[in-house]
Amino acid sequence: MQETSRQFEQALLSIDRLAVRRMADAARSEMKPMEIVDRLVMPALIRIGDRWERGDVSLAQVYMSGRICEELVEGLLPPDDTRDGNQPPMAIAVLDDYHLLGKRIVYALLRANGFHVKDYGRTTVSDTITRVRDDEIRVLLLSTLMLNSALRVREVVTALKRTNLGVKVVVGGAPFRFDAGLWREVGADAMGYSASDAPGIVRNITGDLS
Amino acid sequence: MKKETMTSMQRTLTSLGHDEPDRVPLFLLLTMHGARELGLSIQDYFSKAEHVAEAQSRMRAKYGHDCLYGFFYAPVEIEAWGGEVIFSPDGPPNSGEPFIKNADMIGRLKVPDITKTPCLTKVLKAIELMKTRVGDECPIIGVVMSPFSVPVMQMGFGPYLDLMVENPERFTELMRINEDFCVDWANAQLAAGATAICYFDPVSSPDMVPRDHFLRTGFKIAGRVLARINGPVATHLASGRALPILDDIVQTGAAVVGVSCVEDLARIKSACRGKIAVLGNLNGVEMRRWSAAEARQKVREAISQGATGGGFILSDNHGEIPWQVPEETLLGIGESLRRHGTYPVKGAPA
Repeated sequence: MQETSRQFEQALLSIDRLAVRRMADAARSEMKPMEIVDRLVMPALIRIGDRWERGDVSLAQVYMSGRICEELVEGLLPPDDTRDGNQPPMAIAVLDDYHLLGKRIVYALLRANGFHVKDYGRTTVSDTITRVRDDEIRVLLLSTLMLNSALRVREVVTALKRTNLGVKVVVGGAPFRFDAGLWREVGADAMGYSASDAPGIVRNITGDLS
Repeated sequence: MKKETMTSMQRTLTSLGHDEPDRVPLFLLLTMHGARELGLSIQDYFSKAEHVAEAQSRMRAKYGHDCLYGFFYAPVEIEAWGGEVIFSPDGPPNSGEPFIKNADMIGRLKVPDITKTPCLTKVLKAIELMKTRVGDECPIIGVVMSPFSVPVMQMGFGPYLDLMVENPERFTELMRINEDFCVDWANAQLAAGATAICYFDPVSSPDMVPRDHFLRTGFKIAGRVLARINGPVATHLASGRALPILDDIVQTGAAVVGVSCVEDLARIKSACRGKIAVLGNLNGVEMRRWSAAEARQKVREAISQGATGGGFILSDNHGEIPWQVPEETLLGIGESLRRHGTYPVKGAPA
């Protein structure tokens, strides 16, 4: 299995959709769809994320791998199938920016993990707060590119604390990578250094919430 | 502190020639701080060339650094193509919704005529005004976005990566159009009085695309573009890592490389020595909350790792210092540079 997973990882890095599809089809004869996600897709994506952190692979490869796996998992799992039927409502957004790539990658990885996440796209502080309240979101993932947007996360956190909904806020993006203390400063509950951190962080948080 | 014996231009050129000048050159790449200097909002500040020329002069006098920066904001080029720029009270103007909505639109793009594009003629006027003030005493830095990186703002990063992988014909077409504009824009700034061009190319960093992909794309594009630019060029990866492609960047004809704070400056310097000068690499995001002592320490570290033998300009790692960095920190950086950056400096042997 380990060898197959390595080959799967290589097919993703080479953006070889046909090879990815072939391996997933072959795996279907031996495994249930969720097992394919757990044993083939996720280990490969986690390794690719780790390799990006080490500088071995590029963001373009992380992005394309995430997209290919997202498509694959959408085909493997029916739309209402989730890893855990008790998942709390989750949402993801980019704060004050049209640079959506980071959010797109995290969304793809979460979907590839069987998480259901509402995609708010580009939002402002007030829009985020309103939508989180209306949708009774419990886990909010916020991506930022600019430092001033990252600092604005504090306004979101402060407003959400006032609602007493117990919303957990996870942040990511360049400003947080370049200043390791920034996520605590803005009051976030966790920070993802890279997109591949997201499934683990969400799993921990959802475990705490349940 | 020893008396300075060189002008900013002499100091910079000596260092770019891989010799040691009187002290390490300092490029504080300040943009929005000019608004604070003049008591204006960021949007008002960038509305007039005179504002930028005046503030650049004032900031140089205040912080004692060695360049004037003709850079307004990254999406000024997007504005030129008809795209949207979003101003913020506390951050750099940002590009709005991408204006290339699908690959077919690429075939209909027309290269903006620089002489008839107000947002660009304003930048040129600012450079002309700066040149009138400093002549050849201080370098003026013009800025272009690389043809390979500007599509992140033109069409969004995800769709651009999709284009690269799935539609090579349209990708090539977009690069051809962008190259023509980039060359014209760089040469217009040089003609207006810029001393050198900073070629921002973050997508070429191995953080963004694999090196083999870069060699097929961004590397060749940079080689073609830099050959047509009528002056020296600094390639800046805007916080992206450079080490794995340093020799490639040298081959494109760049005289300087802007490097990231996530890389070991001593290793970078060692790889660049005698081949290309290094610009960097203070962490601009962290700089916001540095104490005076931390600022001093960071400057000393960078000097000790990068300055021996020349070929080094102290700067931030991104090419733009965030609005949130306070004046006291900038003053501290300048003061520490003058204290510890006088040659011969303490550091790794040349």
